[in-house]
Amino acid sequence: MSMAADERNARAPWALTAPALMLFVGVLLIPLAMTVMLSFHDWGQYKGIEPVFILKNWHEIATDPYYAEMFWRTFRIAILTTLLTALLGAPEAYILNRMDGRWKSFFLLVILGPLLISVVARTLGWALLFGGNNGLVNKLLMSAGVIRSPIPFMFTETGMVVALAHVMMPFMVLSVWAALQRLDPQIENAAMSLGAGPVTIIRRIIMPQIMPGVLSGAIIVFSLSASAFATPAIIGGRRLKVAATLAYDEFLNTLNWPLGAAVATLLLVALVLIVVGSNALIERRYAEVFR
Amino acid sequence: MRRNGPLALIFHTIFVIVMVAPILVVCLVAFTPEGFLSLPTNGFSLRWFRTIGNYPEFIHAFWVSLGLGALSSFVALLFAVPAALAIARYRFRGRDALAALFLSPLMIPHVVLGIAFLRFFTSAGLGGSFAALIIAHVIIVFPFALRLTLAAATGMDRTVEMAAVSLGAGGWTLFRRVTLPLILPGVISGWALAFIQSFDDLTMTVFLAAPGTETLPVRMFLYIQDNIDPLVTSVSACVIAVTMTALILLDRFYGLDRVLAGKGDTGR
Repeated sequence: MSMAADERNARAPWALTAPALMLFVGVLLIPLAMTVMLSFHDWGQYKGIEPVFILKNWHEIATDPYYAEMFWRTFRIAILTTLLTALLGAPEAYILNRMDGRWKSFFLLVILGPLLISVVARTLGWALLFGGNNGLVNKLLMSAGVIRSPIPFMFTETGMVVALAHVMMPFMVLSVWAALQRLDPQIENAAMSLGAGPVTIIRRIIMPQIMPGVLSGAIIVFSLSASAFATPAIIGGRRLKVAATLAYDEFLNTLNWPLGAAVATLLLVALVLIVVGSNALIERRYAEVFR
Repeated sequence: MRRNGPLALIFHTIFVIVMVAPILVVCLVAFTPEGFLSLPTNGFSLRWFRTIGNYPEFIHAFWVSLGLGALSSFVALLFAVPAALAIARYRFRGRDALAALFLSPLMIPHVVLGIAFLRFFTSAGLGGSFAALIIAHVIIVFPFALRLTLAAATGMDRTVEMAAVSLGAGGWTLFRRVTLPLILPGVISGWALAFIQSFDDLTMTVFLAAPGTETLPVRMFLYIQDNIDPLVTSVSACVIAVTMTALILLDRFYGLDRVLAGKGDTGR
């Protein structure tokens, strides 16, 4: 091959990626930078947005306890949702993995399919199931003797967590499922032949090996729940605000864009820090599994 | 491997019922003959599907969503296919960084993207326009288009291409007659997955849509905010039907577990 061909080869990947790169710089990075800048602008009821550099919005978020409470609620809901999906999703993935081929792919489709069905439709389903004090869920739980008096689900954090856990569950099952695929079934048989009981096998053999899958699923579920919009907006109503619904209100109702931009920027930065930080922790802790 | 015990199967049954219940209840209520929210205990009726016809804004929103999904997924592929070929075939400096950038819309909360695009397109004088929606949707569906194309390009047999080159094919002919047909299943699946993502997006679109460019999820969301009645369940049932059709096609064509697991993310 001549030198000209080598040179062309060196340029080829850049020529091929250049259009996409320009698109991403032009309509992703620039708008994101503009949003961060917007959070430092001033805003008034009558004067609108003033392009000056001011810390007013950040100061308001830092000092007004309303925002601390709202962010704490956002992350509390996300943490509970994550725990719920891990506690139910991990065993389900394990059970699924032990099924026969045809049943396995059928139920995998049933459980993962909802991932691609409109979040609005799925949340509407929960709103119908919750439906006031004599909703279907409460009737069922009461007739089963699980609860005595109806639990309020609509317009509460409980309802938000249940509906969000349903929306996020496929991500957890998928993540644990992927970890299970790397697991050698012979290890389980070896443990059994050495006299380990089912509890010991799950605790000492299965759990340590699927833990990375559970944790990476947890990161996905947590970050998606903390920034969820449709489910908190429909189940939580107008009063119970989380970060995403508050930012929506500031942008489209109050029209205080700079404050909304500050809330969004804070949410983005917090999530990036949490996700990158826990990813690094997991990779260090489970380095041998990822190798 | 051990089999599932009875306890495991009971857990599994309850799990599956809970996963399916909200979707099933929406579809059932859609067929109610009553004028209020109820399960169709007195027979099935299509009255709420016929009622959709009296709400032209839902019909219009449906066409907006369909056009937006089809077009933005197509445009995303125009950018994603060359990028995927470059990332799959060449080892060059900045390759990992580029792949991370192209997949980043998956990581950025859609509410942040919605705000960023609202600010950007309003300053550019495109606020509330269909063009702005297309560009924004191209960005959010790009990772899905890229991932499946990348998986196809990585697993492709390059010897066929070499044979074509040795026979004198080059440049555009090589791409159109050899490379593209080989990666086509990945490209079409990428389009379908991108379409579903665009068709279902609410969080970002709700910031950008104006009356006239409202998509179906946005229209449904705004409607639900005011009141929940059987009409919105029949609209939801239609949305679920569209998605299920795309889903079944995707599963037959490519395998849903492969699509969802996103195998071969950056070809590493």
